[in-house]
Amino acid sequence: MQLFPCPFCGPREESEFHHGGEAGNLRPDGAEVTAERWAGYLHMRDNPKGATREIWVHMTCGEFFAMSRDSVNHKVSGSSVLGEAEHGR
Amino acid sequence: MTRHYSALSLFKEGIAGQTGWVKAWRSPDPKPRYDAIIIGGGGHGLATAYYLAENHGVTNVALLEKGWIGGGNTGRNTTVVRSNYFYPESAAIYGLAHSLYKTLSKDLNYNVMFSARGILTLAHSEAAMETAARSVNAIQVNGIDCELFSVEDVCRVVPIYNFSPDARFPVYGGTWQPSGGTARHDAVAWGYARAASRLGVDIIQNCEITDFIIEGGRCRGVVTSRGAIRAERTGMAVAGHSSVLAAKAGFRLPVNSYALQACVSEPVKPIIDTVVISPDTGVYVSQSDKGELVIGGALDRIPSYGQRGNLPVLEGVVAGMLEMFPIFGQLKMMRQWAGIVDVVPDSSPIIGESPLPGLFLNCGWGTGGFKAIPAGGTLLAHLLATGQHHDISRPFDLDRFARGRLIDEAAGSGIAH
Repeated sequence: MQLFPCPFCGPREESEFHHGGEAGNLRPDGAEVTAERWAGYLHMRDNPKGATREIWVHMTCGEFFAMSRDSVNHKVSGSSVLGEAEHGR
Repeated sequence: MTRHYSALSLFKEGIAGQTGWVKAWRSPDPKPRYDAIIIGGGGHGLATAYYLAENHGVTNVALLEKGWIGGGNTGRNTTVVRSNYFYPESAAIYGLAHSLYKTLSKDLNYNVMFSARGILTLAHSEAAMETAARSVNAIQVNGIDCELFSVEDVCRVVPIYNFSPDARFPVYGGTWQPSGGTARHDAVAWGYARAASRLGVDIIQNCEITDFIIEGGRCRGVVTSRGAIRAERTGMAVAGHSSVLAAKAGFRLPVNSYALQACVSEPVKPIIDTVVISPDTGVYVSQSDKGELVIGGALDRIPSYGQRGNLPVLEGVVAGMLEMFPIFGQLKMMRQWAGIVDVVPDSSPIIGESPLPGLFLNCGWGTGGFKAIPAGGTLLAHLLATGQHHDISRPFDLDRFARGRLIDEAAGSGIAH
């Protein structure tokens, strides 16, 4: 069982966490958004091999946070509360 | 020199001391230019190579594989073949694959050991039985063989299931596809490779793509660890690594890569002669011809390119299997592994020209690529040979994500991939 670092609760078992998507995938704003732009936001992904930065939720405390991780060897390099980059404002 | 496989050639070679066999496929050095390039030496890529040569007469083809052929998901799946899907588009594509599997051994002159032993999907509640009845109706309307099973039917087919009154997952019935079954996964890769090589395709292993050659806004070939190779049409069938190649070509795909685990037990005497799927435990089991129980489950819940898998899902799979079959409690597990699968939001494949003209896609099969190999090969070969969609592949074009015309088999068939 791998331990993930929740910024609020500390290291906890991986099965307490849920993957919430790639960090920085910001919802398009405004009335004039093309179908391609919506499809990009809803469906298209970088899906990187190697270093990733993702949104996760710790289901036991209910908090969302950002985690930096390697998608090949699964090593976690850090986690942090959500900042401006993830909120887009 | 013995090229054709038959009982007679086996007998003759036995007499001659097994000295006349030739290698199943050639391993030539890559040429600088081909009519078409196929990236990925798994089942889908090898089938594409074979159908390009066999159906379209295009034989000046290079198949490039970064490792060894059949070493990725083709060698890591649980060998199940079925076509019991909800939507007509899916029934057409998986039905095509299923019908080709039935004659594949003969077509390739290679025994792929396709065994139509039937596939049983269990229903564990009254509500699940209602869904099963709806599903059976839809599948029958699609022209695919499928029956609704009662508890007695299930009892007849898998008497070793846990039918005790206090079972955690009691059986209310299920759906049954009698023509579904299993095939020998390595043989599918090797059979296609041998047949394609004999038709003139160059199968080049240990050849990794490092970049695409893009000129005038079109894909004109690839740069590889063994030099530049040019072609006007390139197809890619690389499953969980589709996003990695797409990034090199300058576009993104609606793909998330996950590890999908499986495991096998020690070999035992024949005890289960069908494929049993339990949606509620998320576990399915069949028995190989060697006697090993082949056990699969749901995806790992963590995006991954590591071909190992994490412990929580494996624990859940083993626990689920023991709920279904307490009789397996003393079995020793022999091997566990994972493959990296390309999961798409609507759990349906992506086939068609990519945003980079001249580069064609065959990906997004998620957890169910093995069963579709002959269809994926037929359809990608059609695209590479003609530049146009086959009628069966058109609904699966990448453009469906912007158009909103998804083929949502996760909802339709209740499958996880």
